[in-house]
Amino acid sequence: MRKYLLLLLVVLTGMSFVGRLFYLQILDSDDNNLDNDNAIRKVFQYPKRGYIYDRNNTLLVANQPTYDIMVVPQEVEPLDTLLFCNLLKIDKPAFLKSLNRAKVYSPRLPSLFLSHVSKKDYAFLSEKLRNFKGFFIRKRSVRDYQTDIGANVLGYIAEVNPDNLSKDDYYKFGDLIGKLGVEKSYEKQLRGIKGVKYIQKDIYNRDIGPYKEGQFDTLPVPGKDIQITIDAELQAYGEQLMQNKMGGIVAIDPTTGELLSLVSAPSYNPGLLVGRDRSKNYTSLYQDSIHRPLFDKSLIRMHEPGSPFKTLVALTALQEDVISTKDVIYCNEKYVYGKRNRVMKCHCGGGYRNLYSAIATSCNSYFAMAFRNTIDQYDDASNGMDIWSNHIQSFGLGNFLGNDLSVGKKGSIPDGAYYDSWYPDFRWGATTVLSNAIGQGEILVTPIQLANMTAAIANRGYYYTPHIIKSIDGESIDDKFKLKKQTTINPMHFDPVIEGMHQVYTKGTANFLRVPGIEICGKTGTAENFTKINGVKTPLTDHSIFVAFAPKDNPKIAISVLVENGYYGARWAGRIASLMIEKYLKGEVTLKAMEQLVLNKSLEEEYLKPYSGKPFKINQ
Amino acid sequence: MNLNRAQSFQLDWLLVLVYFALVIFGYFNIVSASSGIEFTSYFDLSKPYGKQLIFIGISVIVIIFILAIDAKFYERFASLIYLFVLLALLGLFVLGKKVNGALSWYDIGGVTLQPSEFAKCATALALAKYISDLQTNIKSIGDQLRSSAIILVPALLIVLQNDAGSTLVFLALIFVLYREGIPQNYIFIGFFGIILAIATLKFSWPWVSGAIGGVLLMYQLFFKRKKKKFGLPLLVLIITVGLSFGVEWSYDHILQKHHQDRIGLWLRLETDPAKVQAMKRSISYNLTQSEKAIRSGGFTGKGFNEGTRTKGHFVPEQHTDYIFSTVAEEWGFLGSSVVILLFLFLICRIIFLAEQHRSQFCRAYGYGVAAILFVHFLVNIGMVMGLVPTVGIPLPFFSYGGSGLLGFTVLIFIFLKLDANRLNVW
Repeated sequence: MRKYLLLLLVVLTGMSFVGRLFYLQILDSDDNNLDNDNAIRKVFQYPKRGYIYDRNNTLLVANQPTYDIMVVPQEVEPLDTLLFCNLLKIDKPAFLKSLNRAKVYSPRLPSLFLSHVSKKDYAFLSEKLRNFKGFFIRKRSVRDYQTDIGANVLGYIAEVNPDNLSKDDYYKFGDLIGKLGVEKSYEKQLRGIKGVKYIQKDIYNRDIGPYKEGQFDTLPVPGKDIQITIDAELQAYGEQLMQNKMGGIVAIDPTTGELLSLVSAPSYNPGLLVGRDRSKNYTSLYQDSIHRPLFDKSLIRMHEPGSPFKTLVALTALQEDVISTKDVIYCNEKYVYGKRNRVMKCHCGGGYRNLYSAIATSCNSYFAMAFRNTIDQYDDASNGMDIWSNHIQSFGLGNFLGNDLSVGKKGSIPDGAYYDSWYPDFRWGATTVLSNAIGQGEILVTPIQLANMTAAIANRGYYYTPHIIKSIDGESIDDKFKLKKQTTINPMHFDPVIEGMHQVYTKGTANFLRVPGIEICGKTGTAENFTKINGVKTPLTDHSIFVAFAPKDNPKIAISVLVENGYYGARWAGRIASLMIEKYLKGEVTLKAMEQLVLNKSLEEEYLKPYSGKPFKINQ
Repeated sequence: MNLNRAQSFQLDWLLVLVYFALVIFGYFNIVSASSGIEFTSYFDLSKPYGKQLIFIGISVIVIIFILAIDAKFYERFASLIYLFVLLALLGLFVLGKKVNGALSWYDIGGVTLQPSEFAKCATALALAKYISDLQTNIKSIGDQLRSSAIILVPALLIVLQNDAGSTLVFLALIFVLYREGIPQNYIFIGFFGIILAIATLKFSWPWVSGAIGGVLLMYQLFFKRKKKKFGLPLLVLIITVGLSFGVEWSYDHILQKHHQDRIGLWLRLETDPAKVQAMKRSISYNLTQSEKAIRSGGFTGKGFNEGTRTKGHFVPEQHTDYIFSTVAEEWGFLGSSVVILLFLFLICRIIFLAEQHRSQFCRAYGYGVAAILFVHFLVNIGMVMGLVPTVGIPLPFFSYGGSGLLGFTVLIFIFLKLDANRLNVW
């Protein structure tokens, strides 16, 4: 025992030490890679963000430096506060507040003291600021908009939120990320890759030199410039026409699927979301719950399509061989159906109607017949509805288009199962859902879906997925945008429908919207809509809707216009569509009187009606 | 036996090798811990690693001297060396220099010297000499007291100089007394006392007293034949309760605040997570940083001079008392285990060699050396890893410090010299 006690204790101690080391270094070891070693500071170098050009190579978005005043509280020496505040154009409470906030954050580390000093002030301040120890200027890069249009298309960049941080570990707290528009959908191409420098720091958080002579450091990779399909001039014109109105315009080049303009009204100057007043401006845009300027109406404003949808009802009926161009019906300004003799009104003026005149005058009776025949030729209404729905959906309705825009809505095209669940113990039939025949009822679309539908008609049976990217730094774009998407309708059925749409302009509902020298095919639409006032469903003035493409042969532009509460289709939406088509195809507008009429029209009164608290009249 | 061969120099090269391995490895860790990231030259004498290189040089010279002197010298002059060291310790009260609150240093023209580092060696020699004296009978109470006095006098002087850590080392010499024949019971009682004290601090005295009372009651009722006699158990109970209460009272009323903190930290007395978190910024700061550095080393470590926490000086006192955290960060589990095994080998080898001696002096001295090294090893590495309460004593051969290195060198090489001469003793 005497010989072994010390020996035993020594060996036991050694073993427990090795055990403790094993626990600390292997079992309970800190995950020790470079990125979470808090003895290493990572300094990021931000690359230049890519520029954005329009389809004609007009620069829309560039970068500009912005200057922040930074402070290291520990290094601040007693200073002439009055002089300093005058230099920065702030008052003493603001000075003390900023300084105190920096102190609370860390006395040793630099904090933001005053953000977004103008370029002009910077030149002046950089000279003067040397006399104030502890303050310095940090340069950052923000967006510089070369245009005041297209805020909804271009989007904006802003600091990452916790959600961004948790989804992508590329981003660090305080980084900028595209939040909307192409800034969001082409974020990866635009941002580039930031460079990183690993700096060894000491216990006081001071830099003591590069980690391992900088062998792990990387250089920033600049972001790529992108060219978008928007025609800045057409976009600007569209925004101008939509002034004092709410709604959207979507123009597509049907031969490629390129989006020529995406107008959402009212819009705002994209420059508002840059600089010192950014958050103030954002808040006021966000809080405008009547006009909702941040809500892209061309992409996510779902509405009932109304009469333009009749073109698809006609195409489906032709494809299903339940109508022909020779069929004629007699319309006595109403369509009576069902056991209880329910009535669907018609405003076509009455008389004999074939396919062409039905489209030209937007005859409800004719399309109710076409829709019924389509569904009723199947024994089971649910089955018939499925087949009908499938044709309609092949035009890109009722689902996401798969485009490269940052927001979107599916819309709604009901099928058999949809009504089976609506009427579980009720045998429903075509007449039950007859309002679908005239683009109302359960049909919901967005302006971009309507424009795409029009492009598919213009192309006589196919479309390219609408997209906004033209090229990325000279490289070509995603192949999926070059793929023809066929509809389920045989191309030969399009000619009569297109002829009908042409007659809309020549002798139909849009005959006063003709543009000299351009053969336009179009379709008016007027959609009822409702709101709830104190829980009561209240009708509002109809939406004015219009779709068109031109020229009739070899179409170059397909367009859809939605003017909320603009009353009948030709009234505002039709006029705007005609003006846009002329502007795009001719480069200038000859219909000056029509242009003036549109520009001077304000629908502000309409939009305030539901908020007035008084009874109001609609469709005036 | 071939006397000629026996008289020739039989140095235990294995120990010498381990000694140099530890010193050289220790030196490189000091380089890493005391240089910044801009490290340029190994010979920068303004930096601790430059100075340590000089101390290593001096150590080599001292080794040659020690080995050159006749082995009999150490036994013969042990008392004289002891008295000289006692004088040096006393002299500190007049001429000493205070560093970090401890009056432990002589400052001779810029070179500081810490006599307590040499006192360990001198006391081990004196104790071995006294025990091995033919007149001494370690079984007698008188000689036991006198031996204890040899240990306690320098220990007392050092504790008066406010260097509690070094004092603890002298208690290691109890292992020498035990090896040479003091009764087993002393050790048992000692162990029991220590466990009682720790249990009291952890669970408070009423609990400990209750537990011991319960055990004694069970013994009295179920295991004892003469159940009526309960005098001895009662005495044991009274003594333990008294001790337990005494320990707690001393903790509350005699110990200084920082001692209480260290013990509290070691026994994990604070359980409120918020307060534990707050302690990481105050009293447990050193330990927290040290453990972080050790954890970050992982299996293979970050490599020499690459420890990010070492380079950023995150661990306070890292080149002295906390040097082992550098080893663990830069050399990982592998490297630090090797260091522990080398120490294990060194101490066990010394014990083994000491046992081979027929001379009681050599054996007692060898045990003294082993015990002193063991306590340093136990307390320092245990402290760095949070297994032992914080006590500021250096890790032999690793911690920066000239006196320390020289002290350990002298300690070991006197033993090696005695050992080399083993076969000449008859």
